[in-house]
Amino acid sequence: MEKNVCVCGHENPVGTKICVNCGRPLTEEAKSQKVLDMKYDGSAIRSKTYNKSIVDKVWNFFSSVKVGVALIIITLVVSSIGTILKQEAFVAAGNEAGRAAFYEDSYGSFGKLYYTLGFSDLYNQIWYLVLVAMLGISIIVASIDRGIPLHKSLKNQRVRRHESFMKRQRVIAEGYVPSSDSSKVLDVVEEKMKKLNYKVRRDGEALLAEKGRFSRYGPYINHVGLIIFLIGVLMHKFPGVYVDESMWIREGETRAIPGMEGYFLENKQFIFETHDNDPTTAQIQQGVNAVAKNYQTDIVLYKQAEDALPGQTDNLEVVKEYSIRVNHPLEHNGYALYQMDFRLNELKEMSFQLTNKETGEALGEVAVDLRNPKKEYVIDENTKVELMEFYPDFSGFNNEGEPQTLSPNPNNPAFIFNMITPEHPDGEISFVAIQQTVEPAGDNTYKMAFSGIDTINMSGLTIRMDKTIPILFVGGFIFLLGLAIGSYWNHRRIWIQQFENGQIRLAAHTNKNWFSIKKDLDAITEHAHLPQYIDQLDDEKDKDKDEENDQEDQKN
Amino acid sequence: MSLIDLSGNLLEVAFIAYLIATLLIGGSIKSNKPDGAEKRANKWGNLAILVTIIGFLSHIGYFITRWIHSGHAPVSNMFEFTTAFGMFLVGSFILIFFMYRVTALGLVALPIALLIIAWAGMFPQDVTPLVPSLQSHWLTIHVITAALGQSILAISAVAGLIYLLKDVDTKKKGKQRFWLEAILYFLVLILGNIVTSAVFNAVGYEAQYSYVDKNGMSQEIIYNVPAIFGMNESATLTEGAMDPMIEVPAFIHALKLTTVVWAIIVGTILYILIRLIARRRIADMLKPLVKKVNLQLFDEIGYRSVLIGFPVFSLGALVFAMIWAQEAWGRFWGWDPKEVWALITWLFYAAFLHLRLSKGWEGNKSAWLALIGFAIIIFNLVVVNLVIAGLHSYA
Ligand code: HEM
Repeated sequence: MEKNVCVCGHENPVGTKICVNCGRPLTEEAKSQKVLDMKYDGSAIRSKTYNKSIVDKVWNFFSSVKVGVALIIITLVVSSIGTILKQEAFVAAGNEAGRAAFYEDSYGSFGKLYYTLGFSDLYNQIWYLVLVAMLGISIIVASIDRGIPLHKSLKNQRVRRHESFMKRQRVIAEGYVPSSDSSKVLDVVEEKMKKLNYKVRRDGEALLAEKGRFSRYGPYINHVGLIIFLIGVLMHKFPGVYVDESMWIREGETRAIPGMEGYFLENKQFIFETHDNDPTTAQIQQGVNAVAKNYQTDIVLYKQAEDALPGQTDNLEVVKEYSIRVNHPLEHNGYALYQMDFRLNELKEMSFQLTNKETGEALGEVAVDLRNPKKEYVIDENTKVELMEFYPDFSGFNNEGEPQTLSPNPNNPAFIFNMITPEHPDGEISFVAIQQTVEPAGDNTYKMAFSGIDTINMSGLTIRMDKTIPILFVGGFIFLLGLAIGSYWNHRRIWIQQFENGQIRLAAHTNKNWFSIKKDLDAITEHAHLPQYIDQLDDEKDKDKDEENDQEDQKN
Repeated sequence: MSLIDLSGNLLEVAFIAYLIATLLIGGSIKSNKPDGAEKRANKWGNLAILVTIIGFLSHIGYFITRWIHSGHAPVSNMFEFTTAFGMFLVGSFILIFFMYRVTALGLVALPIALLIIAWAGMFPQDVTPLVPSLQSHWLTIHVITAALGQSILAISAVAGLIYLLKDVDTKKKGKQRFWLEAILYFLVLILGNIVTSAVFNAVGYEAQYSYVDKNGMSQEIIYNVPAIFGMNESATLTEGAMDPMIEVPAFIHALKLTTVVWAIIVGTILYILIRLIARRRIADMLKPLVKKVNLQLFDEIGYRSVLIGFPVFSLGALVFAMIWAQEAWGRFWGWDPKEVWALITWLFYAAFLHLRLSKGWEGNKSAWLALIGFAIIIFNLVVVNLVIAGLHSYA
């Protein structure tokens, strides 16, 4: 393989910018710099070296930080579009047509366009996933591309660096120490640097003090964490990894838990409480008069016996009793049940008196369980009521005059009764709905007089199981760890050489936080009487500005 | 004095202390003439920091007493959250001050904190009971960490603004001069918003209207400013109150629109007055105050505060938020607008760091980015909370 041979004789890999051995700049670009670009210590980056095959091109595309930043910005902008209008997940409409109508009705033609382009379900669009996946690939490729050469060069650092390297550092010092100190100056520096928690290495009259090298791995660690997290998120798409079901359960009911094979749930009662505070200003302004305090379902969790047949419910074993509240889900076996919704006072039972319209005399009472209506309600030998038709959610009559029902839920029950009485052994037919009675045969003798309702509360629960949680946790933890390492520590290096004539040359570099390395330098400069350092970037611009401003002042 | 009154008083003390500290810092810089008065400047500067710390302690006092009174961390409505954000902003300023020892930061940090606290005061201040989903320790942990992260990130915008005030040449026409002045104009608009609300509150203005909402339901609403825009099919209920000048359709919230337009009108008048009296741009008025700042140092402070704030923000606004969401709703992420905007903020600062590392976007460019980042944070606080309703909406 081709090599890049430095004047010092060291063979560097092609693409190296700064000789790994002595630190001499190798490329024309590096030679022309007043302050060397110390990114990755000038080591050869694959993407900056090869650009021939397709693989190289793809590799270079994804490893480019420019591309990476572009991907981040695109993701950011696209994500923000999804917050302009409500996402579909927050729209109550049950089916596609309903959702389409919702966007058009609520937001006009813009809403329609938004829906048609898929922005209303943006975060589930395939192209959104592709975008995030590209971001992930970019993170992986860029990290390998730079991480490996960086690791190599950090591991093999020489203490002695060439003049052209030292002089091209941002912070440098050159000069003499007072002759009395001259012989032992490096010893003094070494001792002081060690006190400042630097690791010090010596090579003859050259010294390298280094601190916080591990912080250079911070970004790579955090990128690994991000990738693990993304993998966890992608795994949601695999079957068996993620369960998301919901159920409605009435008080007193015992039902199989969807998604949780072999388990049953009993709803003992649902509790809804409000705060008894004085209404606050915000409440008054919004016309709300109570603030919810607690939503709670008291449940018993059952498990089928080992040998039970599917659906068999006669010998259930109690697993536990619990009160499910918001923020306090029921957890069992990796599954969790969350309090999500509720319906208060759902109609349960309606009672009627079979009443003689004229005399007002009642022959008896009939109570209809709206979930389990019976065909026939017997009052005595000659008196009974047949329930001919039941419309749990009555919504009016169609063109043929037949009653219609919207759903099987008893929201607005309507009945067709046949009332069999001693006077009318064949029965009289009556259609009864809330606040409405129709008598198809004309004038009936009897009526079903409404006498009372019984209501019940219903609780809406969500069942979730997510096997990726541990992966997400690990990813998140590694991400934060890497972030902290890379942000709260930094890699500081100080090179010092002493020449035969007693001259001292110093150079310093840090990957970030120049303010603090200068404080360290101040400390050793004073302690060992080193020549004063200068910051080669210490802004000429700053000085220009200051002069400009001073001139302005004088003019004013 | 009851605990909640004490709490209110402590907040006022903090506000006044920050005001005094701002003036002291201004004074310390003004007196920093090349006539060797540096010692004097230092003395004023140190006094300013001392007053800031006193104010901050009082602010913490407000926070703790209110917490004890209400039984939950006071971060559960707009007033509480915004006030806490102001507190963390001052705390972050104090933290960065002790790292770099530059008082000039306070010149921008404290007025911004003052604006934020005054703005918070426009919202109802009574203690609100918590709805079930907010009854969790994660509310405290998540909101406090996220707000702390945001406020440290905001310090980079403070450093950036100072950087630009010095760096941008206001003598020459250009984009940078325009946008710099636009930012300052925006700050005056916020002041306009506060002034409008304070004035109409002081005269006790109140008008009630009925209207028909999106779902065709009849509702009532109270305006505390004269109604420029009226709600859909608005009818005036308060005797003698003015009828709205313009009625808007149901999907626009006319009261919010009215508030914004009032802020723009009053703010613009204020801005024009300032310009007429001073006969210069606000940027030019501030320039002498930042004359002596070291650009290189302020650039580094900006970068450093992003480095410190980013992990805290990631922890609070993403990680803790996900843990809480998992516990409350069984899903760690739900694409709620507030969540999405936290993600956007996070992505933005990630882009900031990468641009700085690889493209060498330092100094001027980095300062502009820091200001954009702060704009996103403020957008998240104001627009997402008040306009884009979601699970997190306090409005
Ligand atoms: C949202 C996703 C990302 C996050 C949160 C993230 C986070 C970070 C952080 C915090 C740093 C350290 C910055 C500093 O210390 O100033 C960093 C460095 C870096 N990132 Fe990322 N990153 C992300 C995506 C990417 C992507 C897509 C690329 C691909 C090009 C990339 C490539 C790099 C590189 C090359 C470094 C420099 C490493 C070094 O200094 O040795 N990152 N990243």
